[in-house]
Amino acid sequence: MSIQPPMPKCWRVETKPHKFCPGCGHGLVLKALGEAIDELGIQDRVVFGCDIGCSLLAWDFFNVDSIQTHHGRTTPVMTGVKRANPDLICVAYMGDGGGYAIGSQHLVNAAARNEKITVLLALNTVYAMTGGQMAPTTMPGQKAETSPYGRDPELTGYPTQGPEMVAAICREGAYVARGTTANLKQLKNYIKKALQNQMDGNGFSFVEALAACPTNWRTNAEKTWNFVEKEMPKYFKVGEKKVPGAEQREGQ
Amino acid sequence: MPDKLITEEKRVFMTGNEVVAWAAMAAGAEIMYGYPITPQNEIMHYWTRLAPKYNRRFLQTEDELSAGFTTLGGVMAGRKAFTATAGPGNTLMQEPLSMAEAMRLPTVTIIQQRGGPSTATVIYSQQEVTMTTFGGNGEGLRIVYSTANHQELFDYTIKAFNVAWKYRFPTFILGDGYQAKMRESLTIYDPEQRGIEFVPAEPFVGKPGTPGVDREPGHYRNTYNVEEELYDVLQEFFADYEKMVPEVVEYHSFDTEDADVVVLSHGVVSRGAKEAVEILRKEGKKVGYFRPITLRPLPEKELKELATKAKKLLVVESAQGQFGKLIKNAIYGGTAEFLTLYKPGVGITTEEIISRVEEIL
Repeated sequence: MSIQPPMPKCWRVETKPHKFCPGCGHGLVLKALGEAIDELGIQDRVVFGCDIGCSLLAWDFFNVDSIQTHHGRTTPVMTGVKRANPDLICVAYMGDGGGYAIGSQHLVNAAARNEKITVLLALNTVYAMTGGQMAPTTMPGQKAETSPYGRDPELTGYPTQGPEMVAAICREGAYVARGTTANLKQLKNYIKKALQNQMDGNGFSFVEALAACPTNWRTNAEKTWNFVEKEMPKYFKVGEKKVPGAEQREGQ
Repeated sequence: MPDKLITEEKRVFMTGNEVVAWAAMAAGAEIMYGYPITPQNEIMHYWTRLAPKYNRRFLQTEDELSAGFTTLGGVMAGRKAFTATAGPGNTLMQEPLSMAEAMRLPTVTIIQQRGGPSTATVIYSQQEVTMTTFGGNGEGLRIVYSTANHQELFDYTIKAFNVAWKYRFPTFILGDGYQAKMRESLTIYDPEQRGIEFVPAEPFVGKPGTPGVDREPGHYRNTYNVEEELYDVLQEFFADYEKMVPEVVEYHSFDTEDADVVVLSHGVVSRGAKEAVEILRKEGKKVGYFRPITLRPLPEKELKELATKAKKLLVVESAQGQFGKLIKNAIYGGTAEFLTLYKPGVGITTEEIISRVEEIL
């Protein structure tokens, strides 16, 4: 008798096992998203969008309507869907390249307009599908294919702080958080809050999830987890960055 | 809230951009996603004034990439969404529109051509032909109407929404800055009163029921794992496109039967070409007129016929052979001599066309 690993109900069993590399963080982020969708009971209303790049492998991941689009363009596609049918719960799923480099103008402007969509971004500090080039989030000193001697912030700047940037742009009603695949319960909780925020019609919601890329990092299990748990949070502080209503509370 | 902007047929005096906004309203367009660029701006200006009064919507995006991709989202959510752009904006918009081509999304895009390359001039050209018919990576599976006057801007904008939703290929109205900005008389009408039935929009996502439980989920992608998979998908697209061609191809021609020279043009230049041919005919000269209204697909059968019957073809356009290239491809093997009057980025008068025809007759 084989025992099936527990899967979220909204996962599409026919497309499992999934196509991500062993040890990839995407599976965990998508598990947290799946459980959040299950617990909120919104499988019939969610539209899931993903980029090109590794995130495209999630195009048939769920039993929810899904649209795979171009690098960085998932945010405007989901904006277009949401504005045309506000009853839908729109989730734009992307990597750090899609969100912080090629698609940054879309992320910034969707946040500034307080679009009532949820952006979920997996951060693994590299461009993964294209072979491990430097990303906006590559850490100082970290080696990547286009920073083979380690990222030098003097030449290429410091890692993009996504949630901090988005939180600075957003106004009332936005929800912004950074979770990690090293703490799935917390990550799921953040994603649930982000989805709930959209369901409540409050405004933009954004969750970044620290995720592993052992293939491009060329790390074994131990080193992979060490990087996710110890190294990444040195730059990328986990926690909620903006919560609806907090502004009023601060002002009281 | 009133349902219709146009309730009865009437003569009006409008700019082309206003015509487009009114036609989109008349066609039942529900949402416009747009980004400013000259010379199409007033489409948005009129739309944003009318939209709230007729329960329609608008979003001004951060750029043309976003305007294009939000339009795709609107279409996938089951709305008749559209956008408009020009020049460098058209360049950017080829990215979303190649996705529309890949996913067979019924988008409607209005292009008001300006000069090129790059920023060039903001006023006029016919230099966006290649980009609009074959732009983006892919094979150019699109429908492109090239309009010549305001009446056509109105008629074909309405038609574009129906054709797009019927055949599910990205559909374009290719106008230009002259048409966009000048004022002209035309008859506006409620399409339904003329018996035009609208092809209903359908949602790609968010249909009733729970995906995976009550129905299959809609999984839309434009990526394929292997070359052969893409090849097979494209074969279906090509077959659909070929099947559609005879149903959508449109052209206007006269006096070609016995013509020694046939003047070929498209869009606004056809107005000068038409008049030139009429004048020359009155003088007893054997000159004919041919104008494709659809630049994609082209009326290839008719063009091929022309190129074997006539002695000479004269292609006239406000570009350095973008339209000419389309014609050359279509008439390959024809016996007529291929002659040109190319004036990239500037208008062409009746007199210039007459003098060129007299030169080659």
